[in-house]
Amino acid sequence: MFETIDYQKDAEGIVTLTIDLKDRSMNVLTPQFVSELSQAIEQVAADDAVKGAIITSGKDSFVAGADLKGLDALFVAVKDDVAEAFDKVRSFSLILRRMETCGKPFAAAINGTALGGGLEIALACHYRVAADNPKAVLGLPEVQVGLLPGAGGTQRLPRLIGLEASLPLMLQGKHVAPAKAAELGIVHKCVPAGEEVAAARAWLTASPDAEQPWDKKGFKVPGGAGAMHPKAVQTFMVGTAMLAKEARHNYPAPISIMASVFEGTIVPMDTALKIEARYFTKLLLDPVSHNMVRTLFVNKQKADKLAYRSADVPRLEVRKLGILGAGMMGAGIAYVSAMAGQQVVLLDTDQAAAEKGKGYSEGLLKKVVERGKMAQSKAADILARIHPTVSYDELEGCDLVIEAVFENREIKADVTAKAESQLGEQAIFASNTSTLPISGLAQASRRPERFIGLHFFSPVDKMPLVEVIVGEKTSEATIAQALDYVAAIRKTPIVVNDSRGFYTSRVFGTYTNEGAAMLAEGVNPALIENAAKFAGMPVGPLAVTDEVTLDLAWKVAVQTRKDMGEKYEPSVGEPVIRKFVEELDRKGKRFGKGFYDYPADAPKHLWPGLAEVYPHAEKQPDADEVAQRLLYIQALETARCLEEGVISRAEDGDIGSIFGWGFPPYTGGTLSFIDTIGIRKFVKECERLARRHGKRFRPSKWLKDRAKRGEPFHASGAKS
Amino acid sequence: MPEAYIYDHVRSPRGKGRPNGALHEVTPIELTTQVLQALRDRNELDTRLLDDVVLGCVTPVGEQGANIARVAAINAGYAQNVPGKQLNRFCASGLEAVNTAAAQVMSGMSDLVIGGGVECMSRVPMGADGGAWATDPWVAYHTYFAPQGIGADLIATKYGFSREDVDAYAVESQRRAAHAWKKGWFKHSVMPVKDSLGMTVLDHDEHMRPGTTMDDLATLKPAFVMPGEIGFDSVALQRYPEVERINHVHTGGNSSGIVDGAAGVLVGTKKIGRKLGIKPRARIVGFASIGSEPTIMLTGPAPSAQKALKRCRMSKKDIDLFELNEAFASVVLRFMQQLDLSHDQINVNGGAIAMGHPLGATGAMVLGTVLDELERRDRATALVNLCVGAGMGTATIIERI
Repeated sequence: MFETIDYQKDAEGIVTLTIDLKDRSMNVLTPQFVSELSQAIEQVAADDAVKGAIITSGKDSFVAGADLKGLDALFVAVKDDVAEAFDKVRSFSLILRRMETCGKPFAAAINGTALGGGLEIALACHYRVAADNPKAVLGLPEVQVGLLPGAGGTQRLPRLIGLEASLPLMLQGKHVAPAKAAELGIVHKCVPAGEEVAAARAWLTASPDAEQPWDKKGFKVPGGAGAMHPKAVQTFMVGTAMLAKEARHNYPAPISIMASVFEGTIVPMDTALKIEARYFTKLLLDPVSHNMVRTLFVNKQKADKLAYRSADVPRLEVRKLGILGAGMMGAGIAYVSAMAGQQVVLLDTDQAAAEKGKGYSEGLLKKVVERGKMAQSKAADILARIHPTVSYDELEGCDLVIEAVFENREIKADVTAKAESQLGEQAIFASNTSTLPISGLAQASRRPERFIGLHFFSPVDKMPLVEVIVGEKTSEATIAQALDYVAAIRKTPIVVNDSRGFYTSRVFGTYTNEGAAMLAEGVNPALIENAAKFAGMPVGPLAVTDEVTLDLAWKVAVQTRKDMGEKYEPSVGEPVIRKFVEELDRKGKRFGKGFYDYPADAPKHLWPGLAEVYPHAEKQPDADEVAQRLLYIQALETARCLEEGVISRAEDGDIGSIFGWGFPPYTGGTLSFIDTIGIRKFVKECERLARRHGKRFRPSKWLKDRAKRGEPFHASGAKS
Repeated sequence: MPEAYIYDHVRSPRGKGRPNGALHEVTPIELTTQVLQALRDRNELDTRLLDDVVLGCVTPVGEQGANIARVAAINAGYAQNVPGKQLNRFCASGLEAVNTAAAQVMSGMSDLVIGGGVECMSRVPMGADGGAWATDPWVAYHTYFAPQGIGADLIATKYGFSREDVDAYAVESQRRAAHAWKKGWFKHSVMPVKDSLGMTVLDHDEHMRPGTTMDDLATLKPAFVMPGEIGFDSVALQRYPEVERINHVHTGGNSSGIVDGAAGVLVGTKKIGRKLGIKPRARIVGFASIGSEPTIMLTGPAPSAQKALKRCRMSKKDIDLFELNEAFASVVLRFMQQLDLSHDQINVNGGAIAMGHPLGATGAMVLGTVLDELERRDRATALVNLCVGAGMGTATIIERI
């Protein structure tokens, strides 16, 4: 009868609705399922012989929530029509409302994971029982895609468990295990897996109540709600400040959740659902959620699944990995690789350094075990896979060797030769350089076609991105198999063509340079830093320069000048870096002083002497202007990278910007950022910035032509 | 246009705004009633001639709710034809009530009006009336709400006042208030509060700590570090990105005290004074209220003063004494910086840091205080003003006759 739901009525008049979407590994909310659920509810309501209904799933999980790809299409479909968007948003909510008010009791038998709309179906049931399935989680994670739980989630959850318990679940989108859900009161009961349907049936056949608590006269939100309730008022006041600190007015979802809960819990359910739907509609029409869905989920998943990997190349399973250099990066790579089950030879020039590199994993694993996230025996197994050594002989049999030695061509050439002498013909040699062109380094290799760049980010265990850098002679097979390794260690790869700074370092450099340039212009440094942070950058340009050290930035500049000779063009920030390193001896955080002072007993603060070196200009820009320069220069440089073929797809630009150097996620990445502004307006603004601040803002002919055509970087992302 | 004259001013002493404060046992209506009765009795008023009683009250809920002005007039035994209304300009309510009284007189539609205010902070706590700005998440978020202590600390940071600066100001406020009390300079206007047996409950400002030193104040912890860390510092900096970090300098010792109190000012035409046989003490030259940036909240005094001066075609030089409510030390220091005033010209007998700030009443109290001081010094003009919640300022200029 239905394709997505199995409808079974038994002799006792109990209907079991088993949700089971074909061709899907998990149940998600597709238009067909929503429509069939509505029909099934009506059927239950209309059939006098039916006493009540159980909703469960035919899969391991219950319902995993929205179909993000479908959501992506919905954004496009409703973009220009508020009324249509509101109706679309409300329709599912109204179906669930119909279910809870139709007079027949519904019981959810939550056999596995129930997220987002999945949990919202359960919340609209009159009774919920969850299976104590160790893999199952329950939650409302919509905030992570810039949305809110829009099918009654912001209304039913607080009415069930109170404001204080429900708000963090929705604002952070955190999951809870079934037992915890029962403890919190999200479900009535948690039973051993396999008994959930029986438990739901038992409730239905005993004394089921087809009226929700919030529809009963005299209902009060547990713990209180409303504008005059002292505790509720405190919760909203403090909660709003906390989220303003985090969201910095860039993410509309958290405040919409807060407002929907605040306003909704004052009024009856039907009105509350209307309020919630309005806030959801606003979010749906806001570019932020669309940007987040596109990049953080749809495109990231594509990248994680190696969607563009050449299918002809056999998959490489790295069993044995060699790492040259057991410093910070090498040690981190060793950790993530050992975690993925690989045997890791961690080589350094002296045994103590190699052991210290292994010690890094030991420290991390100890913390994981202490937090109860891993058994001691498993941690011991992982650690046992890391073999610190000084002997190149031990590299024999490695499928992949990654060098992470000092950024010095001679040293790199030396270790490449030494390692390759131990490697088989098919082994891949990768360099974790962040600055030196791969094709140049590959000259030291006997087999440049098996030579590639794998640019990790620090700290490796936390940073999700790996930039895969293709040298002139790198083969297709090498690219594909390097991608296999990145997928195995559960990182997100982007493939980048060789060029100075590759993609991420090159674009990120424009950010720090622009910050330094503004400093030199006399812009108040506090304003530079705050404007950057409030625009969503994780760290201000001056602070981050201190972190990577001005010393390193200066060394890279000197090296690049040496490499490029007459073609070298100093960056706009270079004079500042030179002054700080050469004249002021303030080389960055590691040296105890840079743009900031680092007192031992207090938080770091901007060096007061900055104002003497670069006196504040009389007329200061406003924060929006500062933020515009800092974000635009990164977006523009990304567009140049796409133009030059450094990156080959807009989505790689987006993913690399967010996961590589922390370009604000609400933008969807550097190129989604341009689309959101509108490419025409972006180009016009760049031209204005070029007139004011210099030719680095000048858009290329390629970009101008693209703007003329009104051609966005993402078909679905653009403002017309 | 008729001119508005001040005939008299009465205030209660200020009791500590805590359960152990002397006025904690006195209801707001009783406190207000005694002020109205004192004004009547001191001036032998025929209350039938009063056109209105206008009272400020910032937390008009519970026993302070439902138009305390009208009910206090009835309770005080005023003639039934005297109406009453309560208004809320937050911290300037008491002054705004006097300004409203004056405006009614100046419009020619009233002859005699009482303006004043009341706040029993020990009984009806600040914030008890809720309000969308702080508690409606959508509103608070999009208008960058931060509590006023954050604004006070931001003023100190942005305009360069250190912890020592604000503490030094507070020490001087305590010294001046104690000195003025000792000399009896407040005696004429402070009306002892009596109990139902006619015995005195309180006859002096109870919040003062005479002899406070810098060392005493240095031991106090900054009061707004915690709300700042929760997120309000970030909210404020999002409005003021030129400030690297907020330096929290305000404590209970350099901010206004939480107290109970009430005050009233008798305002009328020259003609009514003659009719009643009472002598005008000063003329209300003019007044103004303004809105200022709400997140920093407390920078309204200078623009409101300037607006009032401009409307009265006066300049700062025409003013003999300034009185600015000591909500927080930085507010006064910033005002002095902006108007280039020396401490000798402003708050010469101390202020709310020493004596306390009963929100709805303070405006009327400081107006009376400066009038008494003009008379004592035999000077002519004063400008009174207050910083106001949600980013406002209210100022009044008076001139002795």
